[in-house]
Amino acid sequence: MLRFTDEHEWLAREGDVATVGITTHAAEQLGDLVFIELPKVGARLVKGEAAAVVESVKAASDVYAPVSGEVTEVNDAAVADPSSVGSDPQGAGWLYRIRLDDPSALDDLMDEAAYAAFPK
Amino acid sequence: MPFDTLRTPLHALHLRHGARMVPFAGYAMPVQYPEGLLREHLHTRAQAGLFDVSHMGQIQLIPRTGNLVDAARALETLLPIDVLGLQPGRQRYGLLLDETGGIRDDLMVAHCGDTLVLVVNAANKLADEAYLRAHLTGICEIAVLPRALLALQGPGAETALARLAPEVAAMRFMDVRTIELAGTSALVTRSGYTGEDGFEISVPEDRAEGLAEALLADVSVRLVGLGARDSLRLEAGLCLHGADIDAGTDPVEAGLGWSIPAVRRRGGAREGGFPGAAAILAALAAGPTRRRVGLRTEGAAPVRAGALLFAEEAAGDAIGRITSGGFGPSLQAPVAMGYLPVALTEPGTRVFAEVRGRRLPMVVNGLPFVPAGFKRA
Repeated sequence: MLRFTDEHEWLAREGDVATVGITTHAAEQLGDLVFIELPKVGARLVKGEAAAVVESVKAASDVYAPVSGEVTEVNDAAVADPSSVGSDPQGAGWLYRIRLDDPSALDDLMDEAAYAAFPK
Repeated sequence: MPFDTLRTPLHALHLRHGARMVPFAGYAMPVQYPEGLLREHLHTRAQAGLFDVSHMGQIQLIPRTGNLVDAARALETLLPIDVLGLQPGRQRYGLLLDETGGIRDDLMVAHCGDTLVLVVNAANKLADEAYLRAHLTGICEIAVLPRALLALQGPGAETALARLAPEVAAMRFMDVRTIELAGTSALVTRSGYTGEDGFEISVPEDRAEGLAEALLADVSVRLVGLGARDSLRLEAGLCLHGADIDAGTDPVEAGLGWSIPAVRRRGGAREGGFPGAAAILAALAAGPTRRRVGLRTEGAAPVRAGALLFAEEAAGDAIGRITSGGFGPSLQAPVAMGYLPVALTEPGTRVFAEVRGRRLPMVVNGLPFVPAGFKRA
């Protein structure tokens, strides 16, 4: 199940774990990424709080936790090569995986059609 | 984009080339083109970048007597440089200071034969114009030139511009010439804001697009946006007014004392006589207590403007602040500039910057980060 937030993040849920990243639109807006900082495995994320940082040449942008839960895995390859987040944000450039406190929290988010229609 | 945002004469060209436009100093400006900031930056260092800097102010001083010496002498009352000694066809960098020696703006002054032409920062151009009118109107007619300004920067700039006007090849750094270019009379200076060799080209607004297209017909020339302009000037160690220099910094601590020549210093033939002279002449004699430095990080995280600097990882009080910071595409590493107490400005000195609640080690680095490519000889 693929879901999107109005902060231009995507979540792909399998069971009670979701993979989180930024959308292609967000990556295009940010421009060339040169640095990313991800939460630590085991960290507790609270919906709406800063979970990661993505930095372009010009600016640093917070990536907010779209849901609450515990980080189970982070994309070390993306940390080593931040440009992968820019070139394949909805694939190889995923950011982290989170065990959801409440798997039904994704029901409130946009599906692909709703996000496509969401004003950007 | 706010409805009252101004457009440069190259607005349509930017849109045609897929620029992402952002508001800057009241104008809609291209921050980057589809190629992206990193490639635009590297292309400028390798070949030639074309920048629209038409948002900057071009202000002409015309002496009412017809004698340029009168305009030069009047401008020296506002600007601590040697305007009287400026030769026809030459340009100089100077600072407009306030009464305490703080920096109102930085600018270029070109001697164009019978007039002086100033190029000032976009964000300050209205204030500068009013200030010049308030102080110089008796001596000079002051005209804001309705002209576009293009910058062609990079090691390939000379070859690219010489295809249209071979005589530019004979120009040296900070030379000024009036040249027939793309069917119009262009005011060309060999200068820029990237640390590279290059030119700034002033043309009538309705000729800007034709000139840009003529330059872009050369495959070595590509459009470059304001984003790369900022990373290029940062690597070159050049100040941005409003960030690295402002009313709260003086020329001496900013490392711009070189722009104040001996003739305007203590013991000089035309000592002082500019706003803030008492403070600045004293500061030149005594030396600064803090100084602008380059800083590199030990880790991969960029340190941005506003970050506080500390002498030790656990120190309580900040000792300085980052004024410009980001990623240097040519260095493939973060670069920054900021102010530190003089005792901590030796290259190699380690300090700490606070980023997102953590103290990250930084090392003082000489400026510029990237060697300048100016054509001096």
